[in-house]
Amino acid sequence: MSRLTVWGRDLGFGLRFAVTGGREGWTRTVLTAVGVGLGVALLLITTAVPSALAARSERGDARTDVLFRLDMMPKGDDTVLVGAVDTTFRTHDIRGRVYQPEGPDAPLPPGVSAYPKPGEVLVSPSLRELLDSPDGALLRERLDAKVVGTLGDDALLGPTELVFHKGASHLDPQNDQVERIDAFGTDQPPEQMDPVLLLLTLIVFVVLLMPVAVFIAAAVRFGGERRDRRLAALRLIGADGRMVRRIAAGEALAGALLGLLAGTVFFLLGRQSARLLELSRVSVFPHDLSPAPALVVLVLLAVPAAAVGVTLLALRGVVIEPLGVVRTAKPTRRRLWWRLLLPLAGLALLTPMIGQGRDQGDFNQTMVTSGVVLLLLGVTALLPWLVEFTVSRLGGGSVSWQLAVRRLQLSSGTAARTVSGIAVAVAGAIALQMLFAGVESDYTRSTGEDPERARMSLVVPPSPRGMAQTDEAYRALRATRGVTHVTPPLGTVGAGDRRKDSEETTSVTVGSCTALREVAKLPSCREGDVFAVTGAEYDTSTAKLAKPGRAVYLDPSYAEVHGKALPWKVPADLKRAAVRKDPTGMESGGFLFTTKAFPAKELGSELSSDLYLRIDPAVPDAPEYVRNASARIDPLVEVRTLTATERTGRFASIRTGLFVGATCVLLLIGASLLVSQLEQLRERRKLLSSLVAFGTRRRTLTLSVLWQAAVPITLGLALAGAVGLGLGSVLLKMVGSPVDVAWVPVASMTGVGAGVVLLVTSLSLPALVRLMRAEGLRTE
Amino acid sequence: MQMRLRLSSWLVAQFPAPLWGDHPIRSYTPQVYTPCIVRRMSIPHTLLGLLESGPRHGYDLKKTFDERFGHDKPLHYGQVYSTMSRLLKNGLVEVDGVEAGGGPERKRYAITEAGITDVRTWLATPEKPEPYLTSTLYTKVVLALLTGRDAADLLDTQRAEHLRMMRILTDRKRTGDLADQLICDHALFHLEADLRWLELAAARLDKLGKAVGA
Amino acid sequence: MSPATEPTARPAPAGSLLVADDLHKAYGATDALAGANFSIHAGEVVAVMGPSGSGKSTLLHCLAGIVPPDSGTLTYNGRDLGAMSDGERSALRRSEFGFVFQFGQLVPELTCLENVALPLRLSGARRKEAERTALGWMERLEVHDVAGQRPGEVSGGQGQRVAVARSLVTGPRVLFADEPTGALDSLNGERVMELLTEAARATNAAVVLVTHEARVAAYSDREIVVRDGRSRDMERAV
Repeated sequence: MSRLTVWGRDLGFGLRFAVTGGREGWTRTVLTAVGVGLGVALLLITTAVPSALAARSERGDARTDVLFRLDMMPKGDDTVLVGAVDTTFRTHDIRGRVYQPEGPDAPLPPGVSAYPKPGEVLVSPSLRELLDSPDGALLRERLDAKVVGTLGDDALLGPTELVFHKGASHLDPQNDQVERIDAFGTDQPPEQMDPVLLLLTLIVFVVLLMPVAVFIAAAVRFGGERRDRRLAALRLIGADGRMVRRIAAGEALAGALLGLLAGTVFFLLGRQSARLLELSRVSVFPHDLSPAPALVVLVLLAVPAAAVGVTLLALRGVVIEPLGVVRTAKPTRRRLWWRLLLPLAGLALLTPMIGQGRDQGDFNQTMVTSGVVLLLLGVTALLPWLVEFTVSRLGGGSVSWQLAVRRLQLSSGTAARTVSGIAVAVAGAIALQMLFAGVESDYTRSTGEDPERARMSLVVPPSPRGMAQTDEAYRALRATRGVTHVTPPLGTVGAGDRRKDSEETTSVTVGSCTALREVAKLPSCREGDVFAVTGAEYDTSTAKLAKPGRAVYLDPSYAEVHGKALPWKVPADLKRAAVRKDPTGMESGGFLFTTKAFPAKELGSELSSDLYLRIDPAVPDAPEYVRNASARIDPLVEVRTLTATERTGRFASIRTGLFVGATCVLLLIGASLLVSQLEQLRERRKLLSSLVAFGTRRRTLTLSVLWQAAVPITLGLALAGAVGLGLGSVLLKMVGSPVDVAWVPVASMTGVGAGVVLLVTSLSLPALVRLMRAEGLRTE
Repeated sequence: MQMRLRLSSWLVAQFPAPLWGDHPIRSYTPQVYTPCIVRRMSIPHTLLGLLESGPRHGYDLKKTFDERFGHDKPLHYGQVYSTMSRLLKNGLVEVDGVEAGGGPERKRYAITEAGITDVRTWLATPEKPEPYLTSTLYTKVVLALLTGRDAADLLDTQRAEHLRMMRILTDRKRTGDLADQLICDHALFHLEADLRWLELAAARLDKLGKAVGA
Repeated sequence: MSPATEPTARPAPAGSLLVADDLHKAYGATDALAGANFSIHAGEVVAVMGPSGSGKSTLLHCLAGIVPPDSGTLTYNGRDLGAMSDGERSALRRSEFGFVFQFGQLVPELTCLENVALPLRLSGARRKEAERTALGWMERLEVHDVAGQRPGEVSGGQGQRVAVARSLVTGPRVLFADEPTGALDSLNGERVMELLTEAARATNAAVVLVTHEARVAAYSDREIVVRDGRSRDMERAV
């Protein structure tokens, strides 16, 4: 018989034993299948994440409309005016668009079959839910239109996105928020992902997948001791050593294949429930979660192959004799040098990239990934050596300690293996936490905004009604519930040294004396005064223009933009004023006109106005009242809430993903730990009861079980801490951030790891107590 | 067969149960094992075997026999004399010499080729494995069943008796030399075999009784 | 005087050390004990005999306070075992009782010496002292040469003698032996029994010996028979 057919025959035997091995065989197979299945499901979901993100961004590109272009396309039968009226409702961001088709051939945005008429609105399913909820009243008021339909999936990035499309009739194409388009979508290249963010994402994947791999390797060894006995029986009836190994591999293969099946089921279930899940405001459609075929094939091949490989590797140090399994009495002492090679090789791969993140340089993805993988694999390689080295030097202490230490000395490999998954997960998580903590300051930028001076700001776009609209807005806002203070409006319009294509440009700010004092330090102020503010950041033009008698053009024209270009002579009584930051933290230079000094008749309709608001923190929905009030004035009014700091959204979602993932992985590993612990206890049932018979305190045995778990986990976590800190430092150096040991994440991650072990031990205690009863002494 | 039956009746006779508690054990000890050996031994073959190591006088033979096998039940000179003359007649021994002073017991005997062959044959022939205690007990057990008595009771009583003797043998073994140990082990294994047979018989009869009763 | 030659002449203290009266114990629907009585004097060796499944081991477990009986009284040295807490019974087993089982009783990862020293350590003895005492007992049972080896590395007979040494190391007043020779050949079995009974006699410990082998029971002073959960004291019956 050829080698191949021999292998096939024996693997087939194993497969059959796995499913016909009676209740015990079944239990083992099912346990393995569930374990492998969970791992496979996690693998599939993770591999599906890139495609899900790609699908999101594809839909995002397809619906792109307002690009804030300066050149306006001519009106036609195939054009539509689009206004961006995004808003915020409490903590929800809502994408809002107003549409005014200009002809019968106007293009339709994705996910709708017809434009809503003026006064009508189409909403996404989640927004409809929100509107229908008791909380939705305020939002309904703001939308101020009849809901006539639901937006299709193509209009949305994810199932929980809040979107509305509103019909309009009087959109002004001149408005900054409004654009005339003849097609949706963009062929602009997508925004390049920041290399540091890319690095973070990559490492999150590696850190989450490594422990899953370790877990799968552990899962195929569930019930190993019983299987060994069955294999011995096979030897007794004439199977040779190699045959038995192949049969064992076949059994593991059965578990892995069933695991693949279970994993697919778990994955499909998880995918279906993806619709319900929203992770840091990102939700995905189930149909987006489709793993790349190549990755699926890789998982389908790698998992069974790993099952067979791990089984053969595990049986390497084991001699299966007809009368039982003999573990080679004295396993060769573990060597350190090749175990050190792994992490060192990892470091060697990462070192050349130190400092590359500073100048937006690219990281070599392969090198980063393999470097991190090698470093983390180093944990699994070093841990058995470390445990062996340490326990062989332990001694003394109480009876429970002696029992635990002796047991560990005999089987340090098993102990190390069970915790290596947790150690890898913790090491990776620590490294990532450090990286996050280190780059957090980069990505949480100070906005310069001063929430003390104003909580909210409004920008009222220019209106044909001129300053009358702004004044109305001012009055309306002052009357709005929850608003404690409104600065009088500050209008702005551009100014330059020429009618068209000016070389020196500055701005003109118009307002009452009170309003002007918000943006400049005025020595004195009376209506009719004009001031020049010079010396503001990046402003050299004002100083050149602010010379009495000099001609300045207000609202000048540019190549793409037609302005009124009203000539104005700098008056002789021009006053000087000093720079002051406005509430948004901006310094602006230029000319300040008191209202009476401004030629409102000519230029009033060109002013866009800023209003700054303070609100009463005791009124919970005050910002919503302000937004509603501003929507009534004009939906195109921009409302912003001022905050001192801002974090980029991508960063937040990666971070949340890591936390959820790390927790899942640790719990998963905890489950496998529990299974193997229970198995070990069952193995020692007879011994435990005889120890109890001669008067051993239950506490002593319980403590010894605890020590037995605590010693390897302590070593594992210590190693994980060291490797995690090392990896974290290297990663920080790579992105060019100062290395700062973040003890809080180190403590919290090792704490979580230790917690899982404690949880597992305490869950196995009832079984221990049950096994310690004298029934174990009864001979069958 | 004859010998063994004698032994079994001897055993029963030696240990009348009701009398047990009043007797000091020591006084029974010699009788316990000596019959086990002597009665089951072929004296001619034993003496022939002793001659194989070299010619001996009749007196030497008796002394050696007593030392090795006789213990408290020595051979009579007459026994040695009559045995040797029978062996001489059969050509298994020859007279090697006579010591001055005469008398039959002063003859020195040597083993002949035929004698050596005879010893070899004797040693090589297995003893006929015969049940040697069962007949009486078998009778008892069958009777117990026929008369509706509890076979388990019989077993327990008999085991108590057996154990009594086994304790004595065990004690003897602990204090005795190698020969004692071997001899006592032999007896102990046989006694244990009796008990095991009894236990099995009782279990079978119990089962049978239940079947009959049902 | 060798006590072996005069078993009945040995002085028995007035009153019994361990007395059980009308013990009942059921495992599920099966009655393991259905009215068992037992008593033993200090220094006495009592064999508990009976067919498989008759309740021998259950009787031993009840007598040793490992398994609480469903009903019946159990008195050790005048103290009611039924009235004791689990902790008190454990302490009693640690200090007053010793145990030898058929197999599976030695902790495989401890050395033989550490196994023997274990009961002393459990009672709070310091490691050095415990191991010195343990070694003395191992010498007595002729297994001191395997002191540093693990149970998996010694023969069955040696392992069982290590177990006997462990059962005697605390100087127990009652030794419970459940088929102590069950896994051994005749020669090793005899040796273990000889050493066990010798040591017990030397320390005046009582021995409860569960066995189904008559040759092993022959090392006892008297036997009781357990049948269908009921005991029968042969000395009193005869």
